[in-house]
Amino acid sequence: MTVFGAGGGTSSYREIEDADLIIFWGSNAREAHPIFFHHALKGIHKGAKVYAVDPRRSKTAEWADTWLGLDVGTDIALAYGIGREIIHAGLVNEAFIANATLGFEDYIAACEPWTLDVTSRETGVPAELIRELAHDYAKAKRAQLCWTLGITEHHNGTDNVRALCNLALLTGQVGRWGAGLVPVRGQNNVQGGGDMGAIPKNLPGFQDVGNPEHRAKFERLWGVTMPPKYGLTLSEMMEAMDEGHLTSVYIVGENPVQSDADTTAVARRLRNLDHLVVQDIFLTKTATFADVVLPSAAAWCESEGTFTSSERRVQLVRKALEPPGSAKDDVEIIRLVAQRLGHDWPIQTAEEIWDELREVSPAHHGMSYRLLNERGGLQWPFPDEDGPESPFLHGRLWEKDPAKRGRLAPFGIIEHKLPVDKLNDEFPLRLTTGRRLTDYNTGVQSGGFNSPIRVGACVDISPEDMVRLGINEGETVRVSSRRGSVLAAARRDPGLRPGLLFMACNFPDEMDTNALTIEANDPIAKTAEFKATAVKVEKTNEPLPEEGIMADAADHERQHKELATVN
Amino acid sequence: MNAHDPGAAGRMNKSVPLVTITIDGEEVSVPDGSTILTACNAAGKDTPTLCYGDTLTPKNACRVCMVELKGSRVLVPSCSRKVQPGMEVLTDSERVRHSRRLVLELLGSSVDLSTTPRIDEWMARYDADPDRYGERAGESLRRDVHEPGEHHAGNGSVAATMSQPVKIDNDLFVRDYSKCILCYKCVDACGVQWQNSFAIQIAGRGFDSQISTEFAAELPDSACVFCGNCVEVCPTGALSFKSEYDMRADGTWDESQQTQTTTICTYCGVGCNLNLHVQDNKIVKVTAPHDHDVNHGNLCIKGRFGFQHVQNRTDDDKD
Amino acid sequence: MDLKFSNAEPFPEERDAVDRLLGAAEGGWHGGERDEKDLRRAHTGHAARSRRHLVLEALHAVNDRVGWISPGALNYIGKRLSVAAADVYSVATFYALFSTNMRPKRIVHVCTDIACMARGSKEVCADLEKRLGPAGAMSGWKHSPCLGVCERAPAALAVEAGDPPHEHLIGPVTVDEVVLALNDGPEALAAEAPPIMAVPQAGQEGLMLLKRVGRVDPESIDDYIAADGYAGLRRAFEMEPGQVISEVKDSRLMGRGGAAFPTGIKWESTAKQPATPRYLVCNADESEPGTFKDRAILEGDPFALIESMTIAGYAIGAERGYIYLRGEYPRAYRMLRNAIEKARERGFLGENIQGSGCSFELEIRRGAGAYICGEETAIFNSIEGYRGEPRSKPPFPFEFGLFGKPTVVNNVETLCNVPLIVQMGGAEYAKIGAEGSTGPKLFCVSGNLARPGVYEVPFGVTLGDVLELAGGVTPGRTLQAVLLGGAAGGFVRADELDIPLTFEGVRANNSTLGSGVVLAFDDTVDLTGVLLRIARFFRDESCGQCVPCRVGTVRQEEALLRIAHNRRDAAAKGRDVGLLRDVGRAMKDASICGLGQAAWNAIESAIDRLGVLEETK
Repeated sequence: MTVFGAGGGTSSYREIEDADLIIFWGSNAREAHPIFFHHALKGIHKGAKVYAVDPRRSKTAEWADTWLGLDVGTDIALAYGIGREIIHAGLVNEAFIANATLGFEDYIAACEPWTLDVTSRETGVPAELIRELAHDYAKAKRAQLCWTLGITEHHNGTDNVRALCNLALLTGQVGRWGAGLVPVRGQNNVQGGGDMGAIPKNLPGFQDVGNPEHRAKFERLWGVTMPPKYGLTLSEMMEAMDEGHLTSVYIVGENPVQSDADTTAVARRLRNLDHLVVQDIFLTKTATFADVVLPSAAAWCESEGTFTSSERRVQLVRKALEPPGSAKDDVEIIRLVAQRLGHDWPIQTAEEIWDELREVSPAHHGMSYRLLNERGGLQWPFPDEDGPESPFLHGRLWEKDPAKRGRLAPFGIIEHKLPVDKLNDEFPLRLTTGRRLTDYNTGVQSGGFNSPIRVGACVDISPEDMVRLGINEGETVRVSSRRGSVLAAARRDPGLRPGLLFMACNFPDEMDTNALTIEANDPIAKTAEFKATAVKVEKTNEPLPEEGIMADAADHERQHKELATVN
Repeated sequence: MNAHDPGAAGRMNKSVPLVTITIDGEEVSVPDGSTILTACNAAGKDTPTLCYGDTLTPKNACRVCMVELKGSRVLVPSCSRKVQPGMEVLTDSERVRHSRRLVLELLGSSVDLSTTPRIDEWMARYDADPDRYGERAGESLRRDVHEPGEHHAGNGSVAATMSQPVKIDNDLFVRDYSKCILCYKCVDACGVQWQNSFAIQIAGRGFDSQISTEFAAELPDSACVFCGNCVEVCPTGALSFKSEYDMRADGTWDESQQTQTTTICTYCGVGCNLNLHVQDNKIVKVTAPHDHDVNHGNLCIKGRFGFQHVQNRTDDDKD
Repeated sequence: MDLKFSNAEPFPEERDAVDRLLGAAEGGWHGGERDEKDLRRAHTGHAARSRRHLVLEALHAVNDRVGWISPGALNYIGKRLSVAAADVYSVATFYALFSTNMRPKRIVHVCTDIACMARGSKEVCADLEKRLGPAGAMSGWKHSPCLGVCERAPAALAVEAGDPPHEHLIGPVTVDEVVLALNDGPEALAAEAPPIMAVPQAGQEGLMLLKRVGRVDPESIDDYIAADGYAGLRRAFEMEPGQVISEVKDSRLMGRGGAAFPTGIKWESTAKQPATPRYLVCNADESEPGTFKDRAILEGDPFALIESMTIAGYAIGAERGYIYLRGEYPRAYRMLRNAIEKARERGFLGENIQGSGCSFELEIRRGAGAYICGEETAIFNSIEGYRGEPRSKPPFPFEFGLFGKPTVVNNVETLCNVPLIVQMGGAEYAKIGAEGSTGPKLFCVSGNLARPGVYEVPFGVTLGDVLELAGGVTPGRTLQAVLLGGAAGGFVRADELDIPLTFEGVRANNSTLGSGVVLAFDDTVDLTGVLLRIARFFRDESCGQCVPCRVGTVRQEEALLRIAHNRRDAAAKGRDVGLLRDVGRAMKDASICGLGQAAWNAIESAIDRLGVLEETK
């Protein structure tokens, strides 16, 4: 959240237990983040009112006092409508705005066209519900605004996030215990990866690659000169592969051939590379495209280290198992690769590497392994071993003293733009995607156990559309987009309205959902628009692909590749 | 492992006054709001508990932790009764011993306690003789049929029991209600205190009560989401992970050969803490630390059961 | 809530029964038809969950209509009230009057409890078994615990599900009547005996609590007002609420439900609680075997309870009261419903009662066959739509009662003393009766006596006096023993008739008044059989929550069964008596509530006081 100058959720999980208003916006936390939802449930049972903003009436929305079923990709419009209503009802937090924000006048102007009527027409949400949410959010003592990929997996995901941040700035619902902005992270260590600099612009600890002072610190520590240039984001890499600038790729723990939008294009690019190295715990579909596969230990149970959670909590990961065969710890693999490249790096323990980080990252400086162990993890920023933890961020915005207050938070002036993949007569249905409770990402991990509640590869369809299309539960349909086409079993879901479909992306071998999705990337975060695809659905008598057929095809491709290991 | 809000702990120490009570004639001071059980623990009085759960509101159902409280007509449950200044508590009086002995006997005569931790030690300590109620009745096939207010009385020649067929209706965990003491912990973990799925409840009444889904539907057809948080809190092994159940059946379950390692879940970004129980370099079950504020011993289906992939790796994956 | 239901749908009549109670469903998210609005909005949060307390009523609606609760009906109730299917099932399977197994629409519940045992229920059951086959839902007749019609023992309750349902208390019951009720429905039976039949003293001068029974039309509010009705309320409205409480304290009124707690103290501690709203609950779940006094008032003078509760509500600052009525009292239910309706029409309930500024509303909640729901905290759970399991105390009802709010729970008879106290003044009232037991008292006199019924006497008369009032034992028979206080009470010998019937008097004699049961057994009665019935009763009625009671009541019954079946083996009997004592003591010491704590009382007294098990040598 660049609005505030640090990339992390502002609140701790425990704060939601004390909130009196909780908004889940584009977040099906009940299924995607079940234990975070436990904390929300504590708050709900203490009386917190819940709004769910989601095209689907998800399991999270089933807990809501009010569910607002907006059209896919109209989040910015809705946020503006809410903002305008708050302004016109005189419910803005004037003191906070004056003290802590920039650009309020521009924001008012940007809101102005979004009357309740206009917003309602654009989003499909009844006007009185928009009004109700606006008033409740502005009046709440402590409101938590939570979102997940329903906000970010759009062509304009960053703008969506800014639209929500605007609401918090407008009402002062940030920087206090219980009031905050909570993007719940989809992956175990996506927060930690970013914190550690796995973002093209960043060095570990939110330090800027482009900043010579920041770079100098690392250069001193490592005795090297570092290039000042930002790296490429994933989608920039895709472009670079298309343009032929990027010819060799080293992929660690990702399965883009199945997880990225428009998988056909991804596969084509990887196939055209000069050299592809894949490091993974499995021979994933992506690994079948590799020239070299480096089998690695499972980070969460076969190696030591840390994960950082959505509440900025760094926690120790401990080794419980010996990795199988010749699989090695990621750190060791990288060290060996470096060695082959002529760099003799020392063998380091996870703790030694962590201590190295602490030397250069002020936000992590106080987090010794001893404390991490004793306290069950620590939340950044934690610069001082004796210092207090920071359950929430941006309390500074409430400071009267400008020096303590620091950088003011700017309102984001953004534009509402509908999804790139337009509906038309040929592709009249809106497909959105997501995760189910029992499954995870491309299924390489969650596919390992036999879940009694797994519904598998299917497309969820509204009861009305089932009737209209003459489809019965369990029958096979062909779902096609402008990019691809897949077969899926039909599943009736009253949580959907006519015209809206849902598919999970957890069974790519049987149903390659991302063959349908569009690689329309957000210009800043470079996240693809997984949530909005234009499709058509046809009843078909074709047999569903069995599990394994796809794998066979992959095997065939692999014959031409060299499988290697690093010893 | 510590609670993750040091502020709360700090506040505890600072502002909560101590309350002094007497246990078996010795004074002990505990923070106001503590239970008698906490005071007993502080005083080093080992108190048997079964239905008490460190992450759950006391249900007071098993009555094995009862103590004598001066001025009280009946014994009181130490797990839930809050201390008040000047309380005089007896934990080993004849009355307390009698009550504990009887509760253990009543349970032992009606429930299979073979996998209940520490039960033998307590039985011995209180001279409990569950066999004196007669030969135990065999397996009943009607425990899922509920007709409250009536029962077949028989002639008293056998002691009624919970004995019934084990329920195996999924690959993740097993319900062996012959071992169920109806402590309500699974119900509470599934219900409003944690999981809020409400898949199971007590059905029926009295001795014929039974933990059940609606109309005893099989778990996959019920509202169960297989988080296993019920298994986590079960005190008797009535609920057990299928992996453990199978290994016990094979005779390969050996806790002395197991290690427990706390790590972080690999699924989603919430950061739940897991305890991996490993035997012969294989994860045999996953529990969670109860005293960690992120997940309080709870997990979801993926965290609890989604470990299998690391031991499914084929030769292709390994080298 | 993200609830999951099976695909079972309700039958139209089940849906209709629930809809008539709750109104039509609002859209697809609440069990109804999906409409256009549902596509964009849903409200399934706090408001939807706040209707849980209607679960029991909804189960009644279905059970009354079709006789049992099918999976589809259960799902529909769950969807309408935002309650999980397992939760609804758990409530449905707690109550004996409900069934989750398919059964016929007509069922006759034949009382086999102790008062009816003394008057031939065994013979009736034996004949029924010959005519209809063994007891059980499918043969149409079932054994029942005490139905509270002990003055007309042996009794039965005939029910027929339908629209409307029919329920009919029969007593004394004959085999032919049971067969008739099953063949032609309860409507074919002769009219129930009028309420006056339960009160042999009816019409006598000097009665206080029973003064209107038999003299007024229990359905007429005008009759009630003409017979001194609402004088107490008028007087109360002239006082401050605190003054009403003072009068009740001065009266030294003690609860008549069994626990004998000072009513004024209860009211005062509740009224002092800052939390609001406060609630008043009338415990009309009269289920103690041998108890039927409240039924006599409810059927014969229902307005008296309405008035009494209005005064109590005014005193403690409660604007809502609940009458928790046992499910087996169909006529009392009709009378109370009528009385509430009439009182509301005439401005004696509702907003600004009689221009006083005081508001009070009353709702009846029917029990469904669970003795335990007479326990004061189990009542809360039952009303709230949960299983009727007692709560652990503390916290006590005055601080954390119904819906977690300060609550007064009083028995019917207790409350009906209140208008008297208000009218005559607490001090004056306290002159009636004895020092520690003030006021008039109702006794439920039954068993082998000439004129069983509810008798009103001032506290202090002796047991012998009461038996004499009821005409003494049948000529030619001798009194064997008297059970005081019901199944949770204790036996006394025939030579102990001079025991004064006061709280302190019976306590001094190591017995209890309980709910006012005086149940006489003559020498024809098999007391071991009575003990077995009592043991069976507690085993059936234990809620199952705590181990001492859940398993203890089973072991108690098993030991008694062994003794009864094996009378000659003295050593075995000695062991079993020892076991009974061990179990009994643990139940008394370690059970959560009064049911378990008292489950051994009567049996203990029979062993120690009557030597019953000795006689069976």
